[in-house]
Amino acid sequence: MPDTAASLPEPVGETRGTRRLGLLGRLRHVEPVALVWLMLLLALLFLVVAPLAKLFAVSFETQGTGEFTLSNYVAAYGRARYVDALVNSLTLGLASATLSVALAVPMAWAVSRTDMPGKGLTWGVVMGAFVMPPYLGAVGWMLLAGPNSGAVNRFWRWATGAEGPLFNIFSFEGLALVIALHSFPLVFIFVKAALDLISSEMEDAANILGAGTWTTMRKVSLPLVWPAILGAFVVVFLETIALFGTPALIGIPARINVVTTQLWQFFEYPVRVEVAAAYAMPLLLITVGMIVAQKLFLARKGFVSQTGKGGERRPIKLGPWRWLLFTWCALVGLLSVVMPLGILVQASFAKAWGRGISLDNFTLRNYQHLIFEHEMALTSIWNTVWFSASAATMAVLIALLVAYIVQRRLVPFGDALGFLAMAPFVIPGIVMAIGFYAAYASPPVALYGTAAIIIFAFTARFLPIAYANSAAAVRTVHPEMEEAARILGSGRLHAIAHVTAPLLKRALLGGWLIVFIVATRELSAAIFLVGPRTRTMSVLLYDLSEAGNFEVLAAFGGLLLLITLVLVGIGMKLVGRDFMLRRT
Amino acid sequence: MSRLSLRGLTKAYSKMVVVDHIDLTLNEGEFVSLLGPSGCGKTTTLRMIAGFVEPTDGTVEMGGKVISTPGSVLPPERRQMSMIFQSYAIWPNMTVAENVGFGLKLRNLPAAEVQRRVAEILEVVQMGHLHGRYPAELSGGQQQRVALARAIVVKPAVLLLDEPLSNLDANLREEMRFEIRRLHNEFRITTVYVTHDQAEAMATSDRIAVMHAGRIEQVDAPHLLYTKPKTRFVAGFIGRTNLLEAKLANGEIGFDGVAFQASQVDASLNGLSRPVLLSVRPQSIGLYRAQPASAAGRPVVPGIVTQRVFLGETWDYVVQPQSSCTKLRVTAPPLQVHEVGEAVWLEFDPHQMALVE
Repeated sequence: MPDTAASLPEPVGETRGTRRLGLLGRLRHVEPVALVWLMLLLALLFLVVAPLAKLFAVSFETQGTGEFTLSNYVAAYGRARYVDALVNSLTLGLASATLSVALAVPMAWAVSRTDMPGKGLTWGVVMGAFVMPPYLGAVGWMLLAGPNSGAVNRFWRWATGAEGPLFNIFSFEGLALVIALHSFPLVFIFVKAALDLISSEMEDAANILGAGTWTTMRKVSLPLVWPAILGAFVVVFLETIALFGTPALIGIPARINVVTTQLWQFFEYPVRVEVAAAYAMPLLLITVGMIVAQKLFLARKGFVSQTGKGGERRPIKLGPWRWLLFTWCALVGLLSVVMPLGILVQASFAKAWGRGISLDNFTLRNYQHLIFEHEMALTSIWNTVWFSASAATMAVLIALLVAYIVQRRLVPFGDALGFLAMAPFVIPGIVMAIGFYAAYASPPVALYGTAAIIIFAFTARFLPIAYANSAAAVRTVHPEMEEAARILGSGRLHAIAHVTAPLLKRALLGGWLIVFIVATRELSAAIFLVGPRTRTMSVLLYDLSEAGNFEVLAAFGGLLLLITLVLVGIGMKLVGRDFMLRRT
Repeated sequence: MSRLSLRGLTKAYSKMVVVDHIDLTLNEGEFVSLLGPSGCGKTTTLRMIAGFVEPTDGTVEMGGKVISTPGSVLPPERRQMSMIFQSYAIWPNMTVAENVGFGLKLRNLPAAEVQRRVAEILEVVQMGHLHGRYPAELSGGQQQRVALARAIVVKPAVLLLDEPLSNLDANLREEMRFEIRRLHNEFRITTVYVTHDQAEAMATSDRIAVMHAGRIEQVDAPHLLYTKPKTRFVAGFIGRTNLLEAKLANGEIGFDGVAFQASQVDASLNGLSRPVLLSVRPQSIGLYRAQPASAAGRPVVPGIVTQRVFLGETWDYVVQPQSSCTKLRVTAPPLQVHEVGEAVWLEFDPHQMALVE
């Protein structure tokens, strides 16, 4: 082998007597990372800090003059109706979270621990309910269980001859049920992941002492995953109180006022953003408080969920009981996915949806109207795609850079960037949107009605998803992977391009797709920020529901569903079957 | 030109001094191990040599040029070094041949030349038949060989190894020790090898630098470290030993009724009276049933066996000399069986003792 070891590059110090270099020499070694750090800091200040700070400030300002006042808080809580909305939100959150846990925990236990048949099917149901935009389920249930013409109620009256409806979806119970039918996958994912870590030996140990399957499940398996159940409960509770779409579709006709719909009313003409800001504070405080409390609670020693102590895992033999569990899973699937989507698709092809399925009721008119005649339908689809794509790209880019800088400890105080990137996690989307409205809608920034304000809001809102994803991805690439490249002669950027980036490609693509998909269905952040020409699909769907033409509404829901399915299909093809369900 | 020198090299994280004024010089083609328990600063030292960590004080010099000093560090990619990492850091997205050829391509060699040298080095590490494989398809030992090939193929000025064998199972580890030494004999690359395993360091190194709490305690050839440890830490860390408190007076060293000429231990010992610490290896002490014929300069004392453990290759006895409460570890061959409580005789060989600090 010929010797190619060239002589060393120019010396750093002239001789070994020279210990330190001049300023020029030092500048030569300043890495561009400092500049990137500064840019990221500015971006995060713009996306996260400024809207929140402005929201807080505005809640103490007099409209027009900007003078300090407490009158916004008085206005926000001075009326019983407004306070009731807050109570309604909390009650609804508790009800939905409880229902979700009740729906999902048996399913999770069945799939993780038992020999129940149809596990693949159950998995499909969970996946289906999870990827379906929440307001589609709401629209489906409006068609299913409207008090007069709802399909379920018509069937009930026909079958029993009863006068009243079986179930009125426009009620508090209806609202809670529809939300739970969409939220239960979160509980399922949390609890199943925890159950998967328990070795069969834990249960064997209880069995050998005389406990039967039922007692073992109650006294051993479930208590072990108690932190996961609690965590999921909190997440569903917080999602529910921050949810706008379903309460707007079902709650407003039912005259059930919750915080989010009340906030929306403050934005009706004349817009009272100061009062809205004051009114949003409890929502923000509750969310922050509960997430902090949960962290503290779970951090206590001994309450940390089981870490993967391997062990053999055998499914528990249930005998005939497995069919009962299977029925339960099938029922949940029927209620959460099959029935609402079925009626949605049926209505979308119907001349009059109440007339049921028959050939003379079949028409393509609804789709034709949306695609060729409706002035906003195609525009809103295009808007949604490019807003979401831009936001996903920005979020993943920022998240990746922050994650890289934080994990490689490239700058002091890098952790502060990580904190800012994760901060929107505790901010309800609707609060974020009001913050963006307060900070950037009016002059001097004057972004109201532009695409930019929506894209920025989406970016900020979904930054934590992208960050969690990127941080996990960067963690999987051992720093030595890069160092190995550097010591062989490649600079930092070359090493990132040739070693790190190829290793991260798949994970980043997955993260991008998740952000893109959740952005395409985002309603609460969008509805406060859209202008006449920047409506998104989700906002248009809400507009259509207010117009009351259910066939066209269903057809638009059908389009939304089709787009979601295509996107999820692409994601599963490129990244893996469970890419949406992975916990990062 | 590959002479590598560390001068007063220091690394502190806030107040924690991890590496404390290390001085070490490697001659061209020399193989030196940094040996010490975890947390002694050996890896940090290696990473300062590689340029991944900036020193807080002192310098790293190569061929008379300063390459690391506080405030100015020549980046790793310009040091003409190679490194083998604890995790191997084989890039999973590249084949074996692409991994090995990475450094050569960076040196802008023609493709044919890259291919030829990759094939050549893969033969040397016995991996020629696996050049098209991806790392996930290789065993741990094979990945290690790829890491070796990738580091050596660029003919580095200095080769750095960071606990390269710690993730391998015992048999493979032994095999790779010899492999690493064989490659060193073949290419004579100046090498710094970090390990906490003394057998590894002994098998591979020309010299070993024993590190403890950020400092180098002793640098010597492996057999000298064993026979003549200079500090209490080195005596205890390399092999097993008895540390005996003794007295030096009038040119004689004495403990527990044993006395002998100090010059037998160390010719340079002066006659000043003071307490000293002796390291006496368990296998340097003779163990007898009856009093042995006293050889010149080899003191003999009676004692009692108080404990014993059979380790397979040896017996491990604990013997308490009469009229003393000192407990001495003594090893004996498997057939030499003594019961606990048995009276025995111990014979010391001052030439095999070392005076430690």
